[in-house]
Amino acid sequence: MSGASVHPVVAHDEISLGEAAAPPTEPTPQPSGLSMVVFSGELDKVLAAFTIANGAAAMDLPVSMFFTFWGINVLRRGSPVTTSVKKTAMEGMFGRMMPRGPDHLQLSTLRMGGLGTRLMKREMARKHVAGLESLVRSAREQGVQFIACQMSMNLMGLKKEELIDGITIGNVASFIDAADRSRITLFV
Amino acid sequence: MMEAPALSTLKADKVVDARGTACPGPLLEAKRAIAAVPMNGILEVISSDEGTTTDVPLWARKVGHDYLGTVAEGGNWRIYVRRRK
Repeated sequence: MSGASVHPVVAHDEISLGEAAAPPTEPTPQPSGLSMVVFSGELDKVLAAFTIANGAAAMDLPVSMFFTFWGINVLRRGSPVTTSVKKTAMEGMFGRMMPRGPDHLQLSTLRMGGLGTRLMKREMARKHVAGLESLVRSAREQGVQFIACQMSMNLMGLKKEELIDGITIGNVASFIDAADRSRITLFV
Repeated sequence: MMEAPALSTLKADKVVDARGTACPGPLLEAKRAIAAVPMNGILEVISSDEGTTTDVPLWARKVGHDYLGTVAEGGNWRIYVRRRK
């Protein structure tokens, strides 16, 4: 008898759960891939970001990297570029003081006025650890998508022609869109 | 998975020497090299770091190839993968 009184309660619960559930929507594709925010502009952190990006791409994951704030400097060309638009004094100063591209980044620790970075690079070469420039190149060869944050570019006065070719320029929606379609998201 | 004696009888269709690279180098080398291996052919990756013996099988499984096994040999490792796609 007790079983008979329990059963309707369970059935009722099932019905109300069914009513509460959202109506069926279009099946969304299973997200896959890796999306990253590269916020840091320090050699060690950016090396980690590109090691992960290259590994993911080698494992056939679609990878997109969103470069913002200090990270935008990774995308700068190695030598000064005369921009079509004149920079303000502050923008010019930012441009001169911030690193121009992968080869000019400094370590986040043991920096020792640049000496630490030089020693680390020497040790990397000695132990066959790929340098950042080479990792950036192989990420591009593997089809990793680079997105530069427009807001950061504006803030620091960086113009598109100062950045390497083949990148997309976007804002937060570009990152959210990439993150929403990926299964792994990392902030470096 | 194959045992070492059986593995050492395998004739690799392509051998990639990844001893001169550190992470993520061996994965990139393996990815590049497998394209030159015929379907169902065998790729051999030679590595001097032990981490690669963990990573190459994971790469193979993720990408859809068969990991056959690894032979340790004088401080190096020979890692065998059969191309499946």
